[in-house]
Amino acid sequence: MTAAQIAGLIASGETSAVEVATAHLDRIAAVDERVHAFLHVDREGALAAAADVDARRSRGEELGPLAGVPVAVKDVIATKGVPTTAASKILEGWTPPYDATLVERLRGAGTVMLGKTNMDEFAMGSSTEYSAYGPTNNPWDLGRIPGGSGGGSAASLAAYEAPLAIGTDTGGSIRQPGAVTGTVGAKPTYGGTSRYGLIAFSSSLDTPGPCARTVEDAALLHTVIGGYDPRDSTSIPQPVPDVVAAARLGATGDLTGVKLGIVKEFAGEGAEPGVIAAFRESVEALVKLGAEVVEVSCPHFEYALPAYYLIAPSEASSNLARFDGVRYGLRSGDDGKRSLEEVMSLTRDEGFGPEVKRRIILGTYALSSGYYDAYYGQAQKVRTLITRDFTSAFEQVDVLISPTTPFVAFPFGSRTSDPYQMYLSDLYTIPTNLYGGPAISVPCGLSEGLPVGFQIMAPTMADDRMYRVAAALESAVGTLTPPEL
Amino acid sequence: MSTTVLPSYEDATARYEPVIGLETHVELGTNTKMFCGCPTEFGAEPNTQVCPVCLALPGALPVANRAGIEATIRIGLALNCDIAEWCRMARKNYFYPDMPKNFQTSQYDEPLCTDGYVDVEIDGETVRIGIERVHLEEDTGKTLHVGGATGRIHGATESLVDYNRAGIPLVEIVTKPVPGIGAKAPEVARAYVTELRDIIRSLGVSDVRMEQGSLRCDVNTSLNLPGEEWGTRTETKNVNSLRSVERAVRSEIIRQASVLDAGGRITQETRHFQEDTGDTRPGRSKETATDYRYFPEPDLVPIAPDPAWVAELKASLPERPSVKRARLREEWGISALDMQSVANAGAVELIEQTIAAGASPAGARKWWMGELARRANETGVELAEVGATPAQVAQLQALVDEGKLNDKLARTVLEGVVAGEGDPAEVMAARGLGVVSDTGALQAAVDEAIAANPDIAAKIRDGKVAAAGALVGAVMKTTRGQADAKTVRDLILARLS
Repeated sequence: MTAAQIAGLIASGETSAVEVATAHLDRIAAVDERVHAFLHVDREGALAAAADVDARRSRGEELGPLAGVPVAVKDVIATKGVPTTAASKILEGWTPPYDATLVERLRGAGTVMLGKTNMDEFAMGSSTEYSAYGPTNNPWDLGRIPGGSGGGSAASLAAYEAPLAIGTDTGGSIRQPGAVTGTVGAKPTYGGTSRYGLIAFSSSLDTPGPCARTVEDAALLHTVIGGYDPRDSTSIPQPVPDVVAAARLGATGDLTGVKLGIVKEFAGEGAEPGVIAAFRESVEALVKLGAEVVEVSCPHFEYALPAYYLIAPSEASSNLARFDGVRYGLRSGDDGKRSLEEVMSLTRDEGFGPEVKRRIILGTYALSSGYYDAYYGQAQKVRTLITRDFTSAFEQVDVLISPTTPFVAFPFGSRTSDPYQMYLSDLYTIPTNLYGGPAISVPCGLSEGLPVGFQIMAPTMADDRMYRVAAALESAVGTLTPPEL
Repeated sequence: MSTTVLPSYEDATARYEPVIGLETHVELGTNTKMFCGCPTEFGAEPNTQVCPVCLALPGALPVANRAGIEATIRIGLALNCDIAEWCRMARKNYFYPDMPKNFQTSQYDEPLCTDGYVDVEIDGETVRIGIERVHLEEDTGKTLHVGGATGRIHGATESLVDYNRAGIPLVEIVTKPVPGIGAKAPEVARAYVTELRDIIRSLGVSDVRMEQGSLRCDVNTSLNLPGEEWGTRTETKNVNSLRSVERAVRSEIIRQASVLDAGGRITQETRHFQEDTGDTRPGRSKETATDYRYFPEPDLVPIAPDPAWVAELKASLPERPSVKRARLREEWGISALDMQSVANAGAVELIEQTIAAGASPAGARKWWMGELARRANETGVELAEVGATPAQVAQLQALVDEGKLNDKLARTVLEGVVAGEGDPAEVMAARGLGVVSDTGALQAAVDEAIAANPDIAAKIRDGKVAAAGALVGAVMKTTRGQADAKTVRDLILARLS
């Protein structure tokens, strides 16, 4: 059942929000031991929120379009009174005294927060294997990764533990898990969703966004969490485009006059044949709906990965400096004999995992005097060139399309020994983050029995255009149903 | 440490040429912090003016305070600077125990204001001090070391952190190096900080109180032989009074001269000024410079002040304090020295307003610089907050001029005004303090005094008129100071002639 359908049943009184929440909490209790999508389940809070929705309904109050629908929130987002750890040991036991803006909006819309989902530590990773609390398993094959860093959010949808989830996308962390779990993941325009309360990884790239099982559900959730927030200086002071109407228009299956651009530089290199095949079939399906396909060149996309791996760690090295064991979270070695510096050093050594340490060191190096111009400064120039590539491409076409990931879900441990292989997971998703525009991943078929994702990228603040094409594709190829757990 | 013979200051400046430079931090008096909505009141209970943003809780984001940007631009304009059309905040990454984010949001290669100047007058000669930059940043918290005898970290059993100050907007004003001022270097440094303080105070953007740390000064000093390159500079940190600015430069010149005399080398280092001895002691050496890893702050959008807004701010700048002082000095007819003490007391505007309310310049100055300044000093508040308004002071002076109050009574009335009992006329009425000049009422008191002091009365009758003072005093006593002394004297002399 979709989130929209659940909301409809609650609104008409055919079921209650408490019943819906209970059903999902029971499902979590039944399967999450095997999936491990959640780091924390807030049963009490969820039932209280659901009871509140039921009470409001019985009083005849008007409810929003997602009232009573359960939602899972990535653990990198601050939730008042509910533990938030960013899947790091360094924040073990920390309970924020405040809500992120998007959590406030979720509560305001009457959605029911089930709990906090697993992720790569501080959102650094592409497989959820870097969680300090153990990996999440892909419901399609429990021996494979659910994608990263938002593996928990995506897996909670695929395992039917939640109908909606929130993710964050810095280099593909919403879209890539969506692709490998057969779900929908949208990265809104940077600044279109507030970052206030999102534990920062890379401030200029981080974008919170919706995860769902259908395009329409994603659009509904996008509408709830999106929009200007005065508490985030980089938030765009404009209303969210009408993505729900765009999704409904796309679902009619008519793409006449829509120009799709295939990025020449993404032409298959490094991608698995099964992924390419599923992508090509989907393109044909879109052509049948009336879309026109042209090839465009984005010559600087090949530098996106290295630029990203300088910018993101640089910002992360600064953002993570506040985790020193002084004010919250873990504190190691404070035995009254060690100096402040020793305590901080021990805390960070024990509190941060290997990937986080790797990126802090990389970022510290890239920003240091004498190397700044060669690394960080150069990466920023590449970023500008990539933005120009997008701008000129969007003069020729309405949206750009590509596979979301070069490969389907891989088995655990197969890439952790080689960070570069892991980084390739986000090859197709990263350019969008450097540019700031919206992009979505929609399931488009199977390869070797595992889901393949189809990516649609649009100009900044043209999120509606991307939803239209995504919904059209969904109407043509259908949604994917994972095997029984 | 070996004992070094220090040269005299005259001797040192006869042989070496000093170059000075000043970095001044000014805490802005905005109602809220630079990047969040927390209040900025001084002296609140520790950690009561904090929120997720200024505590740097995970997920919290800064948003720039427009009032802080406006104040910085106004300071820049008052210092004749160019205002950037587009600039950014930067992150200065370093560890400091009371800095919650472990980076400071500041400005680096893109300051808001650049390339200005301040003119100061020394012995009738104008010295122009170039301003390199004026930029905006945030203050840190404060660490308190407890358990030790001295309150310093040494010997303390624990350290406590107060984040109330963390995030208060701070403007840093950096001068260009000032060469060619010879032995006047200490005076120039002091005059510059004084002028800077007065300018900023006139803008109303900070209370610029050195003793409370809202104006803090770092002084750079170097010496070189005539005709040679500038020497290595030292930076004396956190000098917190005008007098100390002057003393710090002076003692650093003497110290550096002695090192150079002995064939030594000046090391680039941070030094700390000692209030008690007046000299400086070494702090952190700058041999290994900290790498701050500056980069543009990604959490904040760039600052792009609208040129029309900047023009508006420029047009609305107040009269430059030095110009205003010269004008008022003329109008009030007082010496330069008196004017300086009026300015130092923060009384220029108060006296001006009192005159505007009808008082004479002499009358207005008398109360503000006398009774009220003394009270402010005793209670440790600013003159403007002492409890009397310019209108009330003007009214008090009018009552004196009209003969309704004498000097002594006026002081008592002022006490009542400051205590919040109302306007002077109200206090006078409530306390029954008016001067009694009704001869009928006074005659009885005079007769009583004469009867009680027959010896004195006899002397006066004998023509020793000077003795009348003692009888006047006696009458004043019985009338609790409310009699008009001249009237009493006239009555006494009339009765005994």
